[in-house]
Amino acid sequence: MSMELKMPALSPTMEEGTLAKWLVKEGDVVKAGDVLAEIETDKATMEFEAVDEGAITQILIPAGTEGVKVGTTIALMQGDGEEAGPAPVVAPVVAAAPVAVAVAEAAPPKPVAAVAVVSEPSHEGPSVRLTVREALRDAMAEEMRKDDRVFVMGEEVAQYQGAYKVTQGLLDEFGARRVIDTPITEHGFAGIGAGAAMGGLRPVIEFMTFNFAMQAIDHIINSAAKTNYMSGGQMRCPIVFRGPNGAAARVGAQHSQNYAPWYAAVPGLIVMAPYDAADAKGMLKAAIQSEDPVVFLENELLYGQSFDVPVADDYVVPIGKARIVRTGTQVTLVSYSIGVGVALDAANQLAAEGIDAEVIDLRTLRPLDTDTVLKSLSKTNRMVVVEEGWPACSIASEIIAVVMEQGFDDLDAPVRRVTNIDVPLPYANNLEKLALVKAADVVAAVKSVCQGM
Amino acid sequence: MARKPASASPPASATLHPPVPQRHGAKVEEMLEFYRQMVLIRRFEERAGQLYGLGLIGGFCHLYIGQEAVVVGMQSAITPGKDSVITGYRDHGHMLALGIDPNVVMAELTGRAAGISRGKGGSMHMFSVEHGFFGGHGIVGAQVSLGTGLAFKHKYAGDGGVCLAYFGDGASNQGQVYECFNMAELWKLPIIYVIENNQYAMGASINRASAEDQLYRRGESFRIPGIQVDGMDVLAVRGAATAALEWVRGGKGPIILEMKTYRYRGHSMSDPAKYRSKEEVQSMKDNRDPIDHLKAELLDHGVTEDQLRVIDKDIRALVTKSAEFAEQSPEPDVSELYTDVLVGQY
Repeated sequence: MSMELKMPALSPTMEEGTLAKWLVKEGDVVKAGDVLAEIETDKATMEFEAVDEGAITQILIPAGTEGVKVGTTIALMQGDGEEAGPAPVVAPVVAAAPVAVAVAEAAPPKPVAAVAVVSEPSHEGPSVRLTVREALRDAMAEEMRKDDRVFVMGEEVAQYQGAYKVTQGLLDEFGARRVIDTPITEHGFAGIGAGAAMGGLRPVIEFMTFNFAMQAIDHIINSAAKTNYMSGGQMRCPIVFRGPNGAAARVGAQHSQNYAPWYAAVPGLIVMAPYDAADAKGMLKAAIQSEDPVVFLENELLYGQSFDVPVADDYVVPIGKARIVRTGTQVTLVSYSIGVGVALDAANQLAAEGIDAEVIDLRTLRPLDTDTVLKSLSKTNRMVVVEEGWPACSIASEIIAVVMEQGFDDLDAPVRRVTNIDVPLPYANNLEKLALVKAADVVAAVKSVCQGM
Repeated sequence: MARKPASASPPASATLHPPVPQRHGAKVEEMLEFYRQMVLIRRFEERAGQLYGLGLIGGFCHLYIGQEAVVVGMQSAITPGKDSVITGYRDHGHMLALGIDPNVVMAELTGRAAGISRGKGGSMHMFSVEHGFFGGHGIVGAQVSLGTGLAFKHKYAGDGGVCLAYFGDGASNQGQVYECFNMAELWKLPIIYVIENNQYAMGASINRASAEDQLYRRGESFRIPGIQVDGMDVLAVRGAATAALEWVRGGKGPIILEMKTYRYRGHSMSDPAKYRSKEEVQSMKDNRDPIDHLKAELLDHGVTEDQLRVIDKDIRALVTKSAEFAEQSPEPDVSELYTDVLVGQY
């Protein structure tokens, strides 16, 4: 019986990888547990093991091939005790078990909310293609080169090179004094970071995910956000709390939550959530340079996506400025973080149906750039807010309140919000897809506000 | 099921300890200064209590009366401008012992523009970066993590400074304290954890709240040495401070000083005083008072009652002046409502 060996997913969010090396050749007989190949992602290199006995009949993807999508057939294998022969058109799938997984679990499905859409460039001049992950790392590295007060602290940021490989290479360049692995003690190290900032340093505190920052939220709000005000402006807390936020893929309710509305409710904090790699870099640099405490919300599903990033090392995106990522005239879609991708995807679908949507990436959620939102509304007179998060007391709620208070006369239809479903995020693939915000719902909402246009 | 016999002798503790501290051998001049500072704190706090009763101070107000020897003894040993101090909400004494002007402290208590936090912090939220005083924190236990961060800064910057992080017996049961003990010892941070064990966390006596009531032992799981100190004796406190600073400045990592002390007043101004007897409080005042104790020692050293009366009179004048200043200073301008939320303009 012929079996297909498929490109494995080595982390919950992996979409493609490099087939770095074959350790077997055609005709080799292998048994379960034998290492067949080495697979590289931008996070790590993993070994790919056989899960069954048999002979490798054909290698379809040669060593060194980059960008091999998860699920692609990379080799054919003849089951034990059977004659080798040509592969049938439809072959049973043999899942190969990866070993040494970089993040907690290996879950195969591709992300459901991530939609790769090319947005309009946010900058001019020469640029380089980078993943969001690399852009974030470059931002930290550049600021650390300039300013010795900047250091990075968190779980697995140093020797492990980052649980999601955002801090890859920083330990090698800056050493253990400035790239510091902590024990699993979020409350403690968030407080240590805040104290170090009060003492004059510029900490970048990484939470492995913002779900774990709930253990530390007292220091983010009570210690960091209120210090400057409570001290009458004499004691500052210039600190960046950063890490992935929002739903990843198939990690269940406790690991999938968007905390943007929580932090954006707190005076004294800056809250930022980039979408593309250029913003990831320029916004993180602005966050590190800021004299104020910043909550910097990244998204795991975006880490591996590539975008053009300016090569200039002084590329800083101003705090508090939204960006029009797609100009349009008939309806405004407002979003941030991964929701921008959903909104752009919807805008492209709408364009095919003759509706011209403008897409705004809020970028900074506190302070909110209401001017850009209201100005766009005055042009389009219709608005839909897109958010990968719960609907109640959300950023969408806040945008709608602002529009009611300040843009009511510009509205030709009620503002709609398109968000995740109001439930804890389920694990099952089909339910998770149903729960998360999606472009089709945005398209439907836009059509409803554009009725009679 | 048969039980394994207990091993003949438990493994020796791996925690290294400094030598047993000696009571500080102070000269008369130094003792007079300790006396002056303790009396200042006592009279200041008494006046704050009065102003609270008059409605001039609002909200929570936690008085330090009874515990004066702790901050005076500890802070006489540190180097101003180099070391850092952080504490919880019972913070007035810590500021006065750092030499911060009583006027701006009292004006903060009354919520006036001239207050050290421009009237926006209040009793629990006062800071003076200039004096190395980093608060003044209202969340029990938070100052332990923040103080460990200040110690991290001292080590990172190589500035030779040490952080004094004060917290109470109540805070010593908070989880973040142990997270920080672990990291402080792991990274050998220059910090002295000063546990002001005044025996009551609000109304919960230490024996009702703490399975291990010998708080100086609380670092043993992290190999942090601890010393129990008579916190009602300023010279004993100073002696322990000297030993602890030598340990920490020598790069040996953190140390815990448990100060056995006592607060005469309630937890805050609104305290039912039902959790301990009047006799217990009176007995501490009569027999263990840190100011009386030092006064007796000064008289033994040949200082006269008249000399001490001069100090007392000067302190009363200083405190009266601070109360007048705090009452007469204007409230913050309404525009202050919106200032200092963020440093930057965005």
